[in-house]
Order: sequence, then structure tokens, then C-alpha cells
Amino acid sequence: MDKHQAEQGASKGRRKALKGLIGLPFIGGIAAGAYAEVRKKQQEKDQILRELNIEAERPEIASDMSGDPIRIGIVGNGGRGQHLVRVLGFATSAWVQAMQEQGNTGALEAYQHQENLNVKLTGVCDVFEVNAELAQSASPDCKRYRHYEELVNSPDIDAVVIATPDHWHAPVAIAALQAGKHVYVEKPMTHKIAETYALREAARSSKAVFQVGHQHRQTQSFITAQDIIRKRVLGHVSLVQANTNRNSDNGAWQYRIHEKASLQTIDWALFLGNAPRIPFNREHFFRWRKWWAYGSGLSGDLMTHDFDRVNCILDMGMPRFVTASGGIYTHRDGRDVPDVFQAVMEYPEFTTGSSREAGLEKGMTFVYSATLGNQHWRETLLMGHDGTLELGNQLRVHADPNSTRYQHLIENGVIDPSVPIYAYDPASGNADGVTSATSKYFAQKGLLWTYRGGKRVDSAMLHLREWLGAIRNGTPVSCGIEEGFEEAMSAHMAGLSWKLGRRMEWDAGAEQIIALPGEDLDAMLVAPGRVIAGMMG
Amino acid sequence: MSYSKPQLFFLTALRLLAGWHFLFEGFIKLLTPGWTAQGYLLSAQGPLAPLFQWLGNDALIGVSDTLTAVALSAVGLTLILGIWEKAGAYIGIAMLTFFYLAHPSWPGKPASGPSEGNYFIVNKNLVELAALGVLAWFPTGHLLGLGVFFNPQNQVQHG
Repeated sequence: MDKHQAEQGASKGRRKALKGLIGLPFIGGIAAGAYAEVRKKQQEKDQILRELNIEAERPEIASDMSGDPIRIGIVGNGGRGQHLVRVLGFATSAWVQAMQEQGNTGALEAYQHQENLNVKLTGVCDVFEVNAELAQSASPDCKRYRHYEELVNSPDIDAVVIATPDHWHAPVAIAALQAGKHVYVEKPMTHKIAETYALREAARSSKAVFQVGHQHRQTQSFITAQDIIRKRVLGHVSLVQANTNRNSDNGAWQYRIHEKASLQTIDWALFLGNAPRIPFNREHFFRWRKWWAYGSGLSGDLMTHDFDRVNCILDMGMPRFVTASGGIYTHRDGRDVPDVFQAVMEYPEFTTGSSREAGLEKGMTFVYSATLGNQHWRETLLMGHDGTLELGNQLRVHADPNSTRYQHLIENGVIDPSVPIYAYDPASGNADGVTSATSKYFAQKGLLWTYRGGKRVDSAMLHLREWLGAIRNGTPVSCGIEEGFEEAMSAHMAGLSWKLGRRMEWDAGAEQIIALPGEDLDAMLVAPGRVIAGMMG
Repeated sequence: MSYSKPQLFFLTALRLLAGWHFLFEGFIKLLTPGWTAQGYLLSAQGPLAPLFQWLGNDALIGVSDTLTAVALSAVGLTLILGIWEKAGAYIGIAMLTFFYLAHPSWPGKPASGPSEGNYFIVNKNLVELAALGVLAWFPTGHLLGLGVFFNPQNQVQHG
């Protein structure tokens, strides 16, 4: 091989190497690009999370459920009562069969795997025979009491769960507390104003544990939201909006009328209680939420959920003023409670803290808006100078483009106001600093379920568990008498404002809803429909 | 297989570009802590939705995630390096078929998220799938890529 051939060979070799290794520089470039991209995103995320410093999940308060079983009596074993009894561990065979027929294996599995709360169901009081028998079919120890007084005074009962119509909440709860029994009462805590004070007095002077059934206090995302407010992530919150949108018969309280309902199977006089005496009426019995005499309309039935949801995050307490409006626009079926309802609650002194000069920001309005004639989803929003919190089972925080606190980060391009700066999905157990449009799209909301350690749990079970833990171990409850008082009184103010057609005012010093001379607010609150002249019905 | 210069140029460019796309997607997924395809799989539409939802369940999602990221990277490497490109292209075609069927751009099927374009039956996944078919049948790795070193026709003659 001469020199020329050798050079030719070497040149060919070099060309071959170049051709063969053409892809290598690309791989280096792609690897460097991917690394830089991921690192940049991670740094931005870390910077935002450091700045916000939100504690996504707090350790649970340990609840030791050992010891003697707590003996529970259920007063009011209708739809809600049966749900509460089931999460306590006592599903009826009828429910199990219905779930099997519907192929709802998820619900059955959740029931089979739910925590043993170490309770016995030893008593039921329900004015409808069928409901009482359902409780007895779920628990062999369950005795039927004809009157709630007998149940709450029974030596076989330690604690009482109350899921009656609203007008029976306070009378049963007060009797139970006076008998020294622990009480879990469904919302709204009371039906009238006077009994709200009486129940507060009974709870304060009793050693028994009292809890109002606002199970969403257990929702993980709301617990996270409390920390968001504490860390002043939103700045001064000046407006909160919450909504109810339903568009079904069931959502409008048109419940099924049981075929066995009759004067033989229902203790009608006991059902009526303090309500006006009227002849036996199946519709009033099963669809009691449609009348002020037994229920509380949208203000007591559904607004209380949203009021307490926000109150558990902001702890804003009683509003100074409440104005409500609405009417019966979607279900003109003889009901006397509104089916479209808006309430505006004013908190002139309230603040969540400010990122601006002292004294500039103070005061907040809570707007609740509801219709039973449309189910378009509307977010619950807490709107602050520095950010907006979208509140559901998942959380999203958006920085406000004109925020003072995030001005620097927005200018540096670290925060893009069009993308959430914080998103929390308790189902994944991961907090995410910057989320994509897609993850936003996947977000959803639920009130009935929450998450613990990434696992779906019934929040009513957690709420009852907290109550049982408090009974056993003296740990605190999250929705006690003070929270219940605020929930009930603010609902009564909204109901009255709708009925009277005027702004209601709360006298914080005297702890009273201000009435005009001669007005009996309680009588007006439970009177049918509206009481203002010319606006009956 | 021999090509004219423009044929070789564009076929090689197509190979490198498709490889770039796959490799970058794979690397990003491998490097991002906590990346998961779960949301994508659980929200799948179309006739194979149950299959994708099964792949996205809590027990399988770890395997699905790892396989996706590793396979994307592997396909990208074969195309960019120009070796085993036919196998890489076929794996890529299989993956794109999955991606297409998980969120098909068929009338009446909701999009998986905000879209940057408008699609009727054909979307970019389908176009890239066809491109990989071209690369499988018109290989260039033996002319420009690691395949050069294994191509008997390219052996430098010594003496």
C-alpha cells in the first residue's frame, strides 16, 4: 500500500466515521436541552413553593378507638340517617342488595374496608315504622324507641346521632345533652332563633361532646386551604362566592313517597312536633324540606354547607349584615321555600391580612347564589388582592396579575398569572407548584368524599370518627357549638331577609338579630313563604 | 438501498427530526420527578378506553409510566443513531397507535385538553405514525448513522 492509498484509506475512514456518528451530537444536545428544561421548571416550582410555604397535609390527630364500644342511638333514620349509620358500620341488607343490583362494587368495597369505629347501634327512634325497622335490620342490638325522650334517657345509649327534619334538631339535641348524652346533629343546627341560644346553653353547660354534621370540615383540601389563608397567600380577601346548582327532582327535594306510608305506620303527631297541626300529609312527611314549618329552604339546607365551608377556612364568624332575594321560580309545586336564592353577607371589619399599606384593605363580602333549575358548575372562589383560590376537592391558587406580593415574581417570569401557582390534588398526595392546562382540565370537585394518604374516604365517616375520638380521648371536634351557632344564626338571618324583604343586621355586642319593635322573628321565620305585604308565596 | 442525494437528505432529516421528538419526550419524562401518564390514561376516550384505564390503575401505573418513558427514549435513540431503526420505527408506530386511540380526534370525542390546532380524524400522531412507516421501509442508518459500521458494502478495502 503506497502513501497515496494510505491517505485515501484514512480519508475514507474519517468520512465513514463522520457518516456513522452523525446522530451523536444530536443526542448530546437533546440530553442537555431536556436537563435544562426540567431543571428550570423545578427551580421555578421550588421558588414558588418556598415563597408560598403551604403545608399540604397535616398529621392526623390520633384517635384511639379501643375500649368499650360506644352505644349509639339514631334519631331520624331516613336517607341521611341511614347513611350515617352505614358509615358507623351498620349497612342494611336492603342497601347491600341495592348496591349489588346496581353493580356498584366500589361502594360495597368501600363499606367492607371502612375502619371499625368500635361502636354498637343500640337504639333507633323514627316516627316511620319502615325506617325504624331498617335500623333494627342492620344491628341485632338495636332497640326501637317510640319517643326520642325514651331513647336519650335510656341507660343503653351513650351517644345520639340526630338526622331528623330540621324542626326536630334542637329539641332532640337539647334533651340528649340534658340527659348527659353526646350529640352529633345534622345541619342546619337549629330551625329557629330562640332554640339556637337554648342549644348553645345546653352544650356549654354539658360535659358531653357536641358536633354539628358538617362533614366537609374533614375534607383534606379545606384543611390545606386553612394553611393557605394563614400564610397569607391570597392577600386581603374582599369577596367570596359560593354556589349551589342543581337541576333534578331529587336535588329539589322531590323525594320518593314510600308506598307503606300511612297513619298506621307513621306517628304523625310526633312528626309535626312544634309545627302547625295539619291533617296527615304524605308529601309533607317525605318532602319536608319544601316547607318552612319543618325545613329551612336553601338558606338552611344548602347555604349552611357553603357558609361553613368558608367559615372553616376563614373563621369569619357572624356577618354584620345579610341581604337575601329570590323566589319560587323552578318548582311551583306548592312548596313555600324558594328554589332560586341569593344571599349577600357583609363583614365590614374582616381581613385576612394585607400586602399593601396599612389601613387600605379591610372588609369582605360573602355571596351565596343558588338555583334548583340549572346544574352548570360554578366554582367556589376566595378572591384576594394577591390571588384567587378555587376551592373544591382539589385546590388551585392563581396569582393576581396586579398582586403586590407576587409583583416581582410575575415580572421575572417565574409566575405566569394565567397558570395556577399552586394546585393540590389530595388524591395524588402530591403538591404541584406549576401545573399544566391539562391537569387543570382533569380537576374535579366532590363534597362527599375526601382523601387521606391518597385513599378515598367518606368524609361523614371521618367526621363521626372525630366525634367518637373526642368522646373517648377528649380530643377537639372541628364543628362544635360555636361553629354551629354561627352557621345556624347566619342562615336564620338570610331566611328572614328573604321573608321580610329587608337587610338583617347582627348586633355583635348583644349577640342578637336586630328586630323592629313588636316583631316576632321566630314566628316570621317559620311562617309559610314570604311575610312581606304583597309578596306572599 | 441507494438513494439520490435529495432523497437521502430528506429521509435522514425526517429520521433525525422524528428521533429528536421521541428522545426529548422520553428524556423529559425520565427526568421529571413525579411525572405520570395516569391522568392521560384515566381520561382515555374511544373503543379502547377500558384498556387504557386498566393501564392507568394504581397497581399498574408505575410500570406503564416507566415503559412509556423508556420506550420513547429507545425509539428516539435508534432513529437518531441510525441503528436498528426498523425495530425502533415499529415500536414507535405501536406507541403512536396507542396515543392516537387513547384520545382519538374523532367527531364526537372530547379532546384530552386544550388543543393547539384543529383536527378531524387525522391528527399529528397519525401523521408521525405514517412518517415512521416511511422510515421503516426506507432506512438510512446504513448510509448516515451507526449502521455504516455494520454495512458490508461500506467496508473500507485494505490492499
